[in-house]
Amino acid sequence: MPDPSVGSPVPGDRVAGDPADEPAVRLQGVSVAYGGRTIWSHGDLEIPSGGLVCIIGPNGSGKTSLLHLLLGMIPPASGTVEVLGAPARRGDARIGYVPQRFGDSVGDAITGRDLVRLGHTGSRWGLRRDRQVTAEVDAALDAVGGREFASRRLATLSGGQQQRIAVAQALVGSPEMLVLDEPLANLDLRNQRDVVDLLVGLREQRHVTMLVVVHDLNPFLPHLSGIVYLLDGHPHYGAVSDVVDGDLLTHLYGTSIQVVRTATGDLYTRART
Amino acid sequence: MTALLAEIGYQSNWVEILGAPFMRNAFIGGALVALAGGMIGYFVVVRGGEFAAHALGHIGFPGATGAVLLGLSPTLGLGVFCVAGALVIGALGHRAREQAVATGTVLAFATGLGILFASMATRNTSTVTSVLFGNLLAVSSDQIVVFAVVAVVIAAVLVVVARPLTLASVSPEVAAAKGVPVRALGTCFLVLMALATTVAVQVVGTLLLFALLVTPPAAALRFSARPVVVCGLGTLFGLVSVVLGLVVSVVFNLPPSFFIVTVSTLIWATSLVSTRERHRSTANVSE
Repeated sequence: MPDPSVGSPVPGDRVAGDPADEPAVRLQGVSVAYGGRTIWSHGDLEIPSGGLVCIIGPNGSGKTSLLHLLLGMIPPASGTVEVLGAPARRGDARIGYVPQRFGDSVGDAITGRDLVRLGHTGSRWGLRRDRQVTAEVDAALDAVGGREFASRRLATLSGGQQQRIAVAQALVGSPEMLVLDEPLANLDLRNQRDVVDLLVGLREQRHVTMLVVVHDLNPFLPHLSGIVYLLDGHPHYGAVSDVVDGDLLTHLYGTSIQVVRTATGDLYTRART
Repeated sequence: MTALLAEIGYQSNWVEILGAPFMRNAFIGGALVALAGGMIGYFVVVRGGEFAAHALGHIGFPGATGAVLLGLSPTLGLGVFCVAGALVIGALGHRAREQAVATGTVLAFATGLGILFASMATRNTSTVTSVLFGNLLAVSSDQIVVFAVVAVVIAAVLVVVARPLTLASVSPEVAAAKGVPVRALGTCFLVLMALATTVAVQVVGTLLLFALLVTPPAAALRFSARPVVVCGLGTLFGLVSVVLGLVVSVVFNLPPSFFIVTVSTLIWATSLVSTRERHRSTANVSE
């Protein structure tokens, strides 16, 4: 539930970025398939640059596939995918990526700091030393408030700390866009809010476009510039005020959802009981 | 007292034996193998190399005995079979590990094939024993050259791939997004592991491989999570195991493999006990 004190009036009617700007993402006639099965199709949308955009949809609707498509990790079955003005490709240093359940895969065999460093050096061959990298690692750790626990093994950190390291790792090459897959999963409410505040702050300071796959829209709702929703096998992009609609969300998740507006103008969604 | 010592195989001239030329080969050979295994040690423990250590050991066995049958060098047979096995495991990816029954059956068949080849060759028993349990005291100067080449190849490849391989090992998702060839690096690692296996089999044999390729870096990981430190400390643990194992084996005139594995196991057990407090205290932290 959003904190009333954060209270932006009616969110969602803001449109991030200058309309003249190149959109951060442009899909034209895109469909995605895994093993011959189409996950979604008719992807025609533009996401303006500079905003904070959540990607929602029920389980298995292809949210992660959309991220993988933008990262060039899977090719579209049809259509064209443009990211930051160029065709999507693997290894685009302008995009930082925080995968789902980041901490689980990493385990206890590496420290937070080494992991952040790999965000920079992990795609470089050879062993050349670079002082610049250390400065950038420190800057990324400072940006997420992670210096004090960065020298510990990742598995020994709390969920919130692990997520900060993950964000620092994605941030270290000064990307123009951050792509995060369920960064709030398995976090308690306080850590959820801390991570949301961190991402909102980073977007404002660094002007990075943020695309965030979420299950629960509410923690991000006061800060969003738009929403991508995967409905009936097609992705759409819309303004928050259009998407945060009881009927639409009810249809989307297949369970009755109510949109509530508080006296201070905050929106939130909840399951109707 | 003297009788008792003689009973357990004590050799009073052990200092003299340690200075013999064949002992020099054993020390140098063992040290090179500890180095070859230590350099890949971090990746072995992070990438679940315990599976590969078992599988490659089984696959190498028929290679070695088959080579003897054909009148070729067992080292060559070992190397060819291990590298081929590494390529197959790399191509199968996770499936090799998940299909436990299929993989186990293939490995058992490979071992059976190894015994068949050995029984068809004339010098069967000594070959089988030395492939299964290692024969460090019989390491020749030619073998030492092979060991050194393997160590240099592993070092040279690691200098190039170390960083992307580390990222691909700890976070394959991020590595893939960054354009790192995750699958190819996995196969590259398995080939390095096959090379290390080829030389390690000649020290401790296919059955005791684990103690030289997996146990030392696993112990090192208890003390540090820095890749370079784990490789360095793992190499040191491997070296101590080989050198101490050799010396004790000469003192008591018993097979070096036993003592090498014993020292390696003791180091590992010590690492568990001595870092238990540290691991417990950091496992339960909250913000």
